[in-house]
Amino acid sequence: MDWLFFIESSLAGLCTGAIYALVALGFVIIYKATKVINFAIGEIMMISAYFFLTFAGIFAWPLWLALPAAVVSGGLLGGLTEKTIIRPMLGESPISVIMVTIGLSNILVGTAQIIWGGGPQVLPGFLPRQPIFLGEIYVSSKIAFSALIAVAMLICYLLYFRFSRGGVALRATASDQAASFSMGISVPRVFNFAWIFGCMATALAGILFSASGGLSPHSGGMALAILVVVIFGGLDSILGALVGGLIIGWLETIVGAFWGGEYKMLAIFTLLTLILVIKPYGLFGTKEIERL
Amino acid sequence: METILEINNIEVVYNQAVQVLRGLSLSVPQGGVVALLGSNGAGKSTTLKSVSGLLDLEDGEVIGGQINFKGRSVKLDSPDKLVHRGLFHVMEGRHVFEDLTVEENLIASTYACRGKRNKSEAAGKKRFDLVYEYFPRLKERSKGLAGYLSGGEQQMLALGRALVAQPDLLMLDEPSLGLAPLLVEEIFRIIVRINREQGTSILLVEQNAAIALSIADYGYILEHGKVVIDGTAEELMANEDVREFYLGASGKDGEQRSYREIKHYKRRKRWLS
Ligand SMILES: Nc1ncnc2c1ncn2[C@@H]1O[C@H](COP(=O)(O)OP(=O)(O)OP(=O)(O)O)[C@@H](O)[C@H]1O
Ligand SMILES: [Mg+2]
Repeated sequence: MDWLFFIESSLAGLCTGAIYALVALGFVIIYKATKVINFAIGEIMMISAYFFLTFAGIFAWPLWLALPAAVVSGGLLGGLTEKTIIRPMLGESPISVIMVTIGLSNILVGTAQIIWGGGPQVLPGFLPRQPIFLGEIYVSSKIAFSALIAVAMLICYLLYFRFSRGGVALRATASDQAASFSMGISVPRVFNFAWIFGCMATALAGILFSASGGLSPHSGGMALAILVVVIFGGLDSILGALVGGLIIGWLETIVGAFWGGEYKMLAIFTLLTLILVIKPYGLFGTKEIERL
Repeated sequence: METILEINNIEVVYNQAVQVLRGLSLSVPQGGVVALLGSNGAGKSTTLKSVSGLLDLEDGEVIGGQINFKGRSVKLDSPDKLVHRGLFHVMEGRHVFEDLTVEENLIASTYACRGKRNKSEAAGKKRFDLVYEYFPRLKERSKGLAGYLSGGEQQMLALGRALVAQPDLLMLDEPSLGLAPLLVEEIFRIIVRINREQGTSILLVEQNAAIALSIADYGYILEHGKVVIDGTAEELMANEDVREFYLGASGKDGEQRSYREIKHYKRRKRWLS
């Protein structure tokens, strides 16, 4: 076995995994707070990447402005989604709400096609290109920098949830809605914030993925791996999102590098099936959640 | 005396089908302690949920009558707005946030302070010391998860959150539930302190009628969704029916029991009609 190649692939895999973890975190925040399974996550990634394309490419804004603006726009899209189409579904069966998010994902694909056209596009390059060498180990700097940005955002989120008053409100709402209301917490507002925060994480990840993988209205399909991550880690577990993201990212890359891309899905779904047999609610999930 | 809460002839149904309250009326005077007593399923918790707006979350609805808190219909405000206006409902079964620490539970209740004059979030946080003074046991555990507290400690935390919120009206749903007698007395001493020291009006739902009436000024007895007897605490404690059905006074002669049971039945019938 070529150990150097294995280590290089592992590093690349963990970097991809960090971005998976970021999207998964976005998904879990929304699920924990509102109990909505957001199947439009891939399309929100895709649209946010188009936002970035528009700001950085078409408007030619500088990176420091275009990137935050695209991330915030993605978050606002999430907030708007919650207000207009998710909130009226409050109290309906989870399946209906899932169908609504699937409907939304199709609307977003269509919208992207109308506004930006159906063909593939390339995001303006904003990540450094020169390769990084750690001793003999080669790391693509595009991937490494993407991972660094993702990790920075992850850390901000974790600190916010742990230590801020807003984080307390979010966790309180996740654990007991009626009691949160009785504390004077505006639960609908927390729902809205959860969607905004969750979709901001999603947006950043979408931009980072598209920066190395290209962009088309159908790029949202990449979120299939994210669903594997969150089911693997446990729909309602932040720790599960982080660990699941890293494991799935790593496994996918290793399998792709050693056996070829066509085995990626086989490998991650096999792992997912194994985990679900042993732990039906995912690695760190709690019991009372829906079975998908 | 001014009334802080006025419930007038309300009817409540769950799931648009099951009627639980049938023309219930009661009022709580400013600064008073009012007890709401009744057997299981009488509708006591439903009454409190109707006031605080939490009924909506359980698919319940007030289909008739009015509820006014500080002279304004509670229908006009969402549950969180009502809290900001000074209403605080400690639900049956405590409902502490189990995966938050004790201190984070208190932080969550600072949201109740929003929008009130001189009662900002910072003012709420200052009151943590007061909570720890009332309940030294919570201080020792402030960094521990609330889910690991004992039942009694969780009840203390539920009251602690109310202290942080500084409501004008505090509604307590069975604070004695599942607690040992000594702890029940401790909790009730604190409830009296909150009423006296903070000037908080209290609406108290209890199964333990004896202890509830010992601290209340006035009491209502609920059966099948309406008030069947009401009066001052002294009147209720002296009332023969209340003594037998709620205070557990036993009959004098064993041999007359069956006759007495028939009498019970008749008296109950009279309340219901
Ligand atoms: N969410 C609900 N959906 C349907 N019915 C309900 C609901 N909550 C309560 N009920 C019914 O309403 C009636 C009154 O319930 P409530 O909880 O108000 O009683 P309670 O007086 O508080 O009783 P307890 O002393 O046992 O707590 C009961 O018959 C109960 O079955
Ligand atoms: Mg009850």
